[in-house]
Amino acid sequence: MYHKEKSIQIKNSASALYNNLSVLRIAPRRLTHFTVVHANMVNMVSASWDGLNYTHRQLQSKEPNVATSTSLIMQMYESDGSIMVYWHALDTPETPTAQAVFARGIAAVYENYICVGVSSGAILVFDVPSKGSNITLSEVLEEHKESITDMASECSGSQECIANLVTADDGGNLCVWKSGEEFQLLNKIPGFDMSCSSVKLWKGTAVAGYGTGQIRLYEAVTGILHAEINAHARWIYSVDIAPFSGLLLSAAEDSLVRVWHMTITPETNSVEVVHLHNECVTDTQICGARFCDGDGYAFAVTGYDLSEIIRYIQS
Amino acid sequence: MSSRTLPLLFINLGGEMLYILDQRLRAQNIPADKAKKVMNDIITTMFNKKFLEELFKPQELYSKKALRTVFDRLAHASIMRLNQASMDKLYDLMTMAFKYQVLLCPRPKDILLVSFNHMDAIKDFVKDTPSILSQVDETYRQLIEMYTPLSSGEFQLIRQTLLIFFQDMHIRVSIFLKDKVQNSNGRFVLPTSGPVPHGTQVPGLIRMFSCTGEEFTRLKFNNGGNYTTALREGSFDIFGDRVTKLGTNMYSVSRPVETHMSGTSKNSAQHTKVSAAPNPLAKEELNLLARLMGGLEVQKPGNADTGFRISLFATDEEEEEALISRPDELSYGVINIQATKDQQANAELAKIMGEFTESGDQSPSVSNKGDDLLAMMDGL
Repeated sequence: MYHKEKSIQIKNSASALYNNLSVLRIAPRRLTHFTVVHANMVNMVSASWDGLNYTHRQLQSKEPNVATSTSLIMQMYESDGSIMVYWHALDTPETPTAQAVFARGIAAVYENYICVGVSSGAILVFDVPSKGSNITLSEVLEEHKESITDMASECSGSQECIANLVTADDGGNLCVWKSGEEFQLLNKIPGFDMSCSSVKLWKGTAVAGYGTGQIRLYEAVTGILHAEINAHARWIYSVDIAPFSGLLLSAAEDSLVRVWHMTITPETNSVEVVHLHNECVTDTQICGARFCDGDGYAFAVTGYDLSEIIRYIQS
Repeated sequence: MSSRTLPLLFINLGGEMLYILDQRLRAQNIPADKAKKVMNDIITTMFNKKFLEELFKPQELYSKKALRTVFDRLAHASIMRLNQASMDKLYDLMTMAFKYQVLLCPRPKDILLVSFNHMDAIKDFVKDTPSILSQVDETYRQLIEMYTPLSSGEFQLIRQTLLIFFQDMHIRVSIFLKDKVQNSNGRFVLPTSGPVPHGTQVPGLIRMFSCTGEEFTRLKFNNGGNYTTALREGSFDIFGDRVTKLGTNMYSVSRPVETHMSGTSKNSAQHTKVSAAPNPLAKEELNLLARLMGGLEVQKPGNADTGFRISLFATDEEEEEALISRPDELSYGVINIQATKDQQANAELAKIMGEFTESGDQSPSVSNKGDDLLAMMDGL
């Protein structure tokens, strides 16, 4: 179904962090940006579609400002990484807690919000105006009690969906939200004390990957479990959805990437999943996997200690 | 990242170090009483109460340099001496062994079982010495208190923090190559077969449910591997069967400890760029080292009657060759301790320096404020 394409080399190896690969397709310029995290550095590669040009850029987090005892948790750049437009720091607690302050999980949410998860369980909601760079912190959502692991906005493109954000934490709990000036909590789906490391939202269905290697599909607003897959033999690090075709991608520490197909009909509440394909990245614990386009024609994979982005294309 | 990583890193690396030293002491036919003294001295220092107090505080992981310095000190806590090349090799083996164990743990929580395997072995080394034994038991209690309440997600964070520390290390280890757990490019073999972790199901099943919660169909799929159901869970108590073999002693007199320097991954140079950035937490590292040295008994070095040298190589020529041919990017750059401007750290160090001078051994130019603390130690 898929075959391996030429890999893209990156300047540093990928660190073992959840969802450690981002892909941004810029159709008007016929190129795709790939980003991979190595410790406190972001490696960016911009690949032209004709396969001839690769530009590299590295973004490093600003040195922590020990004097004012704040923890820098977020920096925002132009999409090509050229200019930093915003940064945000949180106060470090007086006495060091057993968990350092860090950010994890990010999503762009309708209409003009960017949400960022924090180790305390809080979610920062930033208002990003369509013009100008006056980004402000709009709200702090404090529903999760455990560290945020991942979050995702509704990716079907339909504005009829009531819920447009799902957030996940280390206890496997999922919160379902409706965005706005004040975000509204629509539902809370409890975890079973098993971390949910990656989550996506499509046609009102939350697709969640867990540390046990299971994938679960929930109807977000009601919490009804529609499907449960014993998908991987180790901790899942990444799930992704190709919204135009309903293809689902899952990747884990067990070296396997799997492709599935979902058929979701919200009107009849029906959800079906079938397995389509496996790819094994030998001797590699996979930490990131993303479709490169909305149809799922191609996908890319990163692994711990690997200095390349491996790509696969439909045969 | 996690602030609870350092104790596990230290204890597991320390455990590996003891396995290797024990093997070398036997291989070089060091008299039993001397060998025992070395092992006891090192273990006593490792589990020094004040040192452990410092270690168990919530904090970021130390830089590679700082940690290497701590182990340098530890290896020299007794009458045994190691040359630079042997110390480098010892540290390579320790770190690659623990990297292997961390990577291959089926669940992140199993890192605690690996730690208990090391602790169990350490306990066995000192089973005839009640005073040290009680220190070791106390450490078990601290480990259990700190780590057993953690969730799986928090353990994964600890594991991820450790994996960042070990990033880009691909030193080839003879024993691993022979056992086929490491490839010739230095990367570890990750099998797609064997028992799944405790708490995980064998992959291959899709279950679908109706709105009322009834399962209406199940589909099977090919999982591309050869998995079996999980083994029973190991014990997280002071005593018990840990089940996993990771963290147990893989060396014996007949299995030599070699590493290969040539042909390491060309990416190994990259990690030194990241670690070259100045570490703003140098003060904390200094505190730990101060505590460690506070726990060290003053030993008269190189005395012909008691002191001896251990080598990690078969011959002295090999050892010298290894020192000359070691690639630059793999040098550890042992930290050069300077007394900081910070009053408290200064006072602590001055106190320790003072204790050493009082014992009757001269310390070189202590009056100079920016003195090298390590040089001071070597002067004893």
